[in-house]
Amino acid sequence: MKHTLVVLVENKPGVLTHVSGLISRRNFNIESINAGYTEEADMSRITIEVDADDEYELEQVVNQLSKLIDVIKIIDLTGKDRVHRDLALIKVKASPENRAEIVNLAEIFRAHIVDVNKETMIIELTGEDVKIDAICELLDDYGIIEIVRTGKIAICRGPKAAKDL
Amino acid sequence: MKMTGAQAIIECLKKEDVQVVFGYPGGSVLTLYDALYMSGFPHVLPRHEQGAIHAADGYARATGKVGVCMATSGPGATNLITGIATAYMDSIPLVLITGQVAVSFLGRDSFQEADIRGITTPITKHNYLVRDVRDLPKIVKEAFYIARTGRPGPVLIDIPKNIFAEEIDFEYPAEVNLRGYTPICEGDSQTMNAVFDELKFAKKPLFFIGGGLNLSDTSEIMQKIIAYTGVPTVSSLMGLGCISSDDPHFFGMIGMHGTYAGNMSTTETDLLIGIGVRFDDRVTGRLDQFASNAKIVHFDIDPAEINKNVRANIRVIGDLRWTLEKFYQKLQEKPAKEWQDQFKPWLEKLSGWKKEKPLTYKKDTDEILPQPVIEKICEITEGNAVIVTDVGQNQMWTAQFYGFKHPRSLLTSGGLGTMGYGLPASMGAQVGKPNKKVICICGDGGFMMNCQELMTIADLNLPVKVMILNNQSLGMVAQWQREFYNSHYAHSCMRTKADFVEIARAMGVPAVRLDKKEEIEAVLKKAIFSEGPFLVDIRIPEEEDVLPMVPTGAGLNQMILGG
Repeated sequence: MKHTLVVLVENKPGVLTHVSGLISRRNFNIESINAGYTEEADMSRITIEVDADDEYELEQVVNQLSKLIDVIKIIDLTGKDRVHRDLALIKVKASPENRAEIVNLAEIFRAHIVDVNKETMIIELTGEDVKIDAICELLDDYGIIEIVRTGKIAICRGPKAAKDL
Repeated sequence: MKMTGAQAIIECLKKEDVQVVFGYPGGSVLTLYDALYMSGFPHVLPRHEQGAIHAADGYARATGKVGVCMATSGPGATNLITGIATAYMDSIPLVLITGQVAVSFLGRDSFQEADIRGITTPITKHNYLVRDVRDLPKIVKEAFYIARTGRPGPVLIDIPKNIFAEEIDFEYPAEVNLRGYTPICEGDSQTMNAVFDELKFAKKPLFFIGGGLNLSDTSEIMQKIIAYTGVPTVSSLMGLGCISSDDPHFFGMIGMHGTYAGNMSTTETDLLIGIGVRFDDRVTGRLDQFASNAKIVHFDIDPAEINKNVRANIRVIGDLRWTLEKFYQKLQEKPAKEWQDQFKPWLEKLSGWKKEKPLTYKKDTDEILPQPVIEKICEITEGNAVIVTDVGQNQMWTAQFYGFKHPRSLLTSGGLGTMGYGLPASMGAQVGKPNKKVICICGDGGFMMNCQELMTIADLNLPVKVMILNNQSLGMVAQWQREFYNSHYAHSCMRTKADFVEIARAMGVPAVRLDKKEEIEAVLKKAIFSEGPFLVDIRIPEEEDVLPMVPTGAGLNQMILGG
């Protein structure tokens, strides 16, 4: 089962390497990892999607990560009421004849066209990963040249910050 | 007070009450070494950086203090790696100070540059690269705090050359404030009730003790708990000595080379209480058959140890100094007599196993067997020596046949199994415990891996006694080849023209060869009661096995027995 972990860490060089290194060294299966600044200057937030076989494996991931001195807190958002998003930029073949079709398709998905030239378009889409998977499947017919995705980030609904959960 | 970074480090070491550092100089730490020279700070110079760190590790294990080790950048630092991993696996508190190329040279593949922070990340509890000399006192303070609190471990501080020379206004912080690190000391008292309830209904409980008791110096309270309840007790390699081997409740080591009584009781127990252990695969054998009839209780300071290898029904998280006291208090709710009566049949069953199948060896031989040699060393030292082993057959025979009585009396590389550990670690132990008899028991293979430290031992006139159980082969490797690889001795034979006695003498250590059975006692006594260092090259037969043995992939009750 996939779990979304929020890992709050000290904003120092090398911490992301430390976290990702620990996960791979302990032989856990990592689906996606994403790091960025937060509302506090000295804290970074890493969102990890990890595939755990059972609760024991998940517990090991959390407990091992907790041992890192630079890890401040780990919150498991799985099952909590939350918003999660992935950002994708998709470069797709777009001849003048099928350009309109692709624009229509993008509109249905509330995606943005961020670049157009004679042969291709770049589509920007944010959303849950299944939505991005869906547009990719449709765009495949036109010929996808390149996809870049950020991996999942997640935030809890309600008034509380993850660090206060 | 104004001072250089190098002087600041010396000040920090004094504030942390460090008595001695083990280190090896080199280009990037020359400023630090100059400060050591000027301050006259005690320093031990080994002949290899690996010797330095194993010595610091032996010092830490023998004394309970943080061991400190220094090395220069690049190759000096990478020579520490095996020692760092050794200490990490056995949770030994060390602070390692490595030099680094100057900040302006970082990342350019400069002369003697290695990313030691990156290299040591998986094998340190924490590590630092100092980029600003003003951070230095805070970082050293944190390093010592992290190394010795919670579950102990090695912490590395990498310091660029220019930082040693830059000036700061020195002030040592009074407190450490790390929001991501709050070591657990006190756990949840409620769990004691749960353990109490389980024990109340248990018929065949078993205490399984480990190195955590050594690290937390709690063997005394554990002995009280055992005496009060009468629960039989077994140990991991790292727990040996915490309970005296002649205690009637103690049934020795369990695992791959564990005792018959120990392994059988582990298989049969209905309540296994693991205390300061991490259920290493050398202990459990086949996991699904390990204590498969038992509920498992696990006492540990590190929550990540719970359910890592063996699933625990009850977790008792906290420092053993806290949890064992609480547990002992809770046990008093039932009188000692009632506990002891409850477990008496079970204790008798174990005693029967012990009597029926004790650890044994061939008696009718003219050859010098390692087991009686170890027994004789124990007899001569009255079980009071600090025994440092290398790794392999010598380590297992020592664990089986030296009757350990005291905590911190067996220093051995348990987790990593580092060959070459014994000699330098015994040197560090002797530095830390100058009035104790320190005896290094090693094989011929492991001895050669760091034999250069004989020279250091001679220079410092440390009275370490080195006993080489010399079978002219890599004994444990050969044993496995005999057992599982059709006796194909692929490169495990080391028949050599060289002579350990001559090697020792050349390095300044008196030495003799022991190759006659009738001379065992006289030679061992001469060595052990000699003033300074001494080496004995003991010629043992090539094909002597360590038994009992549980083959890999088997359950603990499927032992190959010896004798």
